[in-house]
Amino acid sequence: MQASLSLSLSLPPAAPRSDPAPTVFRPSALRFCGLRREALGLRPLRPAGSTWVFPSPARTPSRKTVAAVSGNGSPSKGFDYDLVIIGAGVGGHGAALHAVEKGLKTAIIEGDIVGGTCVNRGCVPSKALLAVSGRMRELQNEHHLKALGLQVSSPGYDRQGVADHANNLASKIRNNLTNSLKALGVDILTGVGTIAGTQKVKYGKVGFPDTEITAKDIIIATGSVPFVPNGIEVDGKTVFTSDHALKLEWVPEWIAIVGSGYIGLEFSDVYSALGSEVTFVEALDQLMPGFDPEIGKLAQRVLINPRKIDYHTGVFAKKITPAKDGKPVLIELIDAKTKEPKDTLEVDAALIATGRAPFTKGLGLENINIVTQRGFVPVNERMQVIDASGNLIPHLYCIGDANGKMMLAHAASAQGISVVEQIGGRDNVLNHLSIPAACFTHPEISMVGMTEPQAREKAQQEGFEVSVAKTSFKANTKALAENEGEGLAKLIYRPDTGEILGVHILGMHAADLIHEASNAIALGTRVQDIKFAVHAHPTLSEVLDELFKSAKVFECISGVHSMRNCA
Amino acid sequence: MAATSSSAAPFLSSSSSLSSPSSARRLLPLPVRRVSPSLRRRIPAVRAKIREIFMPALSSTMTEGKIVSWVKAEGDRLSKGESVVVVESDKADMDVETFYDGILAAIVVPEGETAPVGAPIGLLAESEDEVPLAKAQAQSQSQAQSHFSPPSPPPPPPSDPAPSPAPMAGAKAEAESPRKAVSTPYAKKLAKQHKVDIEKVVGTGPYGRITPADVEAAAGIQPKKPIAPAPTSAPAATPVTPSPAPSAATSPATKASAAPLPPIPGSTVVPFTAMQAAVSRNMVESLSVPTFRVGYPVMTDALDALYEKIKSKGVTMTVLLAKAAAMALAQHPVVNATCKDGKSFSYNSSINIAVAVAIDGGLITPVLQDADKLDIYLLSQRWKELVSKARSKQLSPKEYNSGTFTLSNLGMFGVDRFDAILPPGQGAIMAVGASKPSVVADRDGFFAVKNKMLVNVTADHQIIYGADLAAFLQTFSKIVENPECLTV
Repeated sequence: MQASLSLSLSLPPAAPRSDPAPTVFRPSALRFCGLRREALGLRPLRPAGSTWVFPSPARTPSRKTVAAVSGNGSPSKGFDYDLVIIGAGVGGHGAALHAVEKGLKTAIIEGDIVGGTCVNRGCVPSKALLAVSGRMRELQNEHHLKALGLQVSSPGYDRQGVADHANNLASKIRNNLTNSLKALGVDILTGVGTIAGTQKVKYGKVGFPDTEITAKDIIIATGSVPFVPNGIEVDGKTVFTSDHALKLEWVPEWIAIVGSGYIGLEFSDVYSALGSEVTFVEALDQLMPGFDPEIGKLAQRVLINPRKIDYHTGVFAKKITPAKDGKPVLIELIDAKTKEPKDTLEVDAALIATGRAPFTKGLGLENINIVTQRGFVPVNERMQVIDASGNLIPHLYCIGDANGKMMLAHAASAQGISVVEQIGGRDNVLNHLSIPAACFTHPEISMVGMTEPQAREKAQQEGFEVSVAKTSFKANTKALAENEGEGLAKLIYRPDTGEILGVHILGMHAADLIHEASNAIALGTRVQDIKFAVHAHPTLSEVLDELFKSAKVFECISGVHSMRNCA
Repeated sequence: MAATSSSAAPFLSSSSSLSSPSSARRLLPLPVRRVSPSLRRRIPAVRAKIREIFMPALSSTMTEGKIVSWVKAEGDRLSKGESVVVVESDKADMDVETFYDGILAAIVVPEGETAPVGAPIGLLAESEDEVPLAKAQAQSQSQAQSHFSPPSPPPPPPSDPAPSPAPMAGAKAEAESPRKAVSTPYAKKLAKQHKVDIEKVVGTGPYGRITPADVEAAAGIQPKKPIAPAPTSAPAATPVTPSPAPSAATSPATKASAAPLPPIPGSTVVPFTAMQAAVSRNMVESLSVPTFRVGYPVMTDALDALYEKIKSKGVTMTVLLAKAAAMALAQHPVVNATCKDGKSFSYNSSINIAVAVAIDGGLITPVLQDADKLDIYLLSQRWKELVSKARSKQLSPKEYNSGTFTLSNLGMFGVDRFDAILPPGQGAIMAVGASKPSVVADRDGFFAVKNKMLVNVTADHQIIYGADLAAFLQTFSKIVENPECLTV
């Protein structure tokens, strides 16, 4: 699955980044340099045969999983199911697949459509639009084409065709998801799910009597919906959220995008490639506040400044009125700090991309003494739900956007798998710092782990040093062959241990390149070890190869020979 | 493992050797980041005891720079070669070092703010004694500086009772509606790029907003056709799309393929180059303008004599004719005007003569700007540059699309007369034939052999009428027949 569109600007708590003592999983066949307190101290190594499917089980080959279908037959004594998952988005789907593989009798309750936000109104259709915008951008860049010796005359597009492509892709992926659940024998229960009590769930369509089922364990995976701040009137035509924008019903000449996070940035890429002019409205002082500052700055230089985009930062959109009575869309801006009126914008359309709010209403959480925090379900690092008095509720878990730890589709799926592992008696804590994120602009941006300021703050608190290494795409043969030399990769690491703290990439195919780094963080691979891994030449992956090679780790533990000594 | 990886290194070295990590690596221990030594620039400075630190031009396209951070604080002692300030240009962040020793007395442009290239951003005092003086100077400067607007001539002091000729239209519009004009993001960018004062542009877009096209028009640029189709109309997909295409898309497609001629066997199809496509587009567009033509015979004996005299100085017949046309246009501004909207005359403030030049596989019209004002030798020099740029396809848009009148000369091929098509955005075009010895009778009935050249002007009848054109041609003919004024 691709990265979800859903990382909000300021709303969800930045909790995931502060998870202490990440547990590191690794196949026992690999040998590592020692000095890894957390892995050695906390628990024994996992036994050799156990397979740890990392983030995306959606692509598990069907042959293997079909064999496991027989496992979905017998629930624990006294329960209808071993596991009931409320919500069939990417998180619920990932959890269900893994549960069946582990022999649990599983049901999934879906109140809307299978696939959830990611597949139907998020990452998936937006990738279709971005695929089009990327090509349009290339075809329009006469200078770039000329440098390649290409001649293209007046490229154009058919809006409906583009919209159909996005829609077809979403339904194709939705069908794949549904089929994979059915093939495994997961029961898909239709209706709105509610927690009726401990290990009890009700579900049913509106206006029909509810059915009550019992389950040994319950996972809440209800996801999120676009967040619309007060004062903004969404009419779905001229003022809309990503839900409407993905249908691409029209391409405004001038669109204001409120919020410059992932969602806003990706849509600015789409709209500006299709001929719109874009105005960003950002409440913080910087565009792209979630990114590493250096990457954000470069992104502004590459993705904003040369395009037909301007921006207002440090302002709130206090009031947005849809176009009507011959008037354009009106946006009243106030200073984010002083709340003084600042400016009024008149545009053709406004896209509200101020983040996403958890969808947890009507879940019956009050029945079991849960108080949500701005809608998010409070959980511990094992996704176990915490009640109002701070106690863990047994057999109840919450994954994905609904807990707000890290609002990304693949994070939800990874959390779901982690929960299933625990249910099966294998304790498991997901290392959120190893979960990559990507923004599919042209060029792409991707990241994993901490940003430089986050790393420096942590270093100051805990008293270690931080080093930074950087490489440019301009030095990469493949990137130059593609005439796409614009880009930067940045590694944040500990020079004393060689631990990778974060990697940030802006450049061609950055979203695909990040996994070498995220896997290294997940597996606990050190810079001094990974730098000896060989990369095919000439490929973009050599950008990371260069990056690892340029890192300087203190003597004692660097190099293969000393590694043997250390181990 | 160690052996294999080290032996693999040379194989990868093709990419490694090119890389910048070497510089990044070297820089890591240094406190200064983002420095590439080759990019360091020196701060130009003037004045003896208190020097102004200017915003440097860090790239050829840089018009303004943003102060990322001041490396030094006010009161810090600077020594030659030290990095003082980090400036963000349109391309990169760069450290700027000082060329002089002294004390950073005052920071005029604080961090995060922007200043145009050449504007003072700080003051450098030679010794402690000058610091207070510099501070006072800085204060007055920062007041003037605080509201920096796009590079324009230095604004008159606000107290001045505005003797400047304020444009009537702008002032009136403001009086009518107190709200400011709305301009789109790209319009603002273009205005900055072409140094157009956006306050003075009249918006023609939806809700009266200023669009990129308005700014381009104000800058005298012919708008490039938008590459993406107008988003509102569903453009035709490929005519053979099997997908359930919207019905609207099919109608233009069927129209286009209504009566295709059967291909002649053995024929080849060569698609237009970008330039040829542009010519084709402009020519089709020209059909929407109601044009008419007026011809005029011009005697060129005196011009030919002048040409023989000064051709050794690099003057060509084309330039002489362009100059003559420009001088005639100066007396007949309507012929230099344009009709943009079918409702009004747009009088152009400068006379820019576009001259058609055939180049390999195409046609382009380099523009002699202000042809009425420049002297013939400068104009000839300019023309030489333009032609060589045109042949190497290096003309900038302004150099080929800012024309207000076009001259097309086929005389050198022996063509005696022809008819030119009026390019969109202009009021008139002159087609010049060959100058040939002809028998002419003068007023008294005496025959003589004189060099006669036929010129034929095509004009937009929305704004230029027959009598206008006749009067213009008369003036042109007088100038050509008494060409001394061309060399003044």
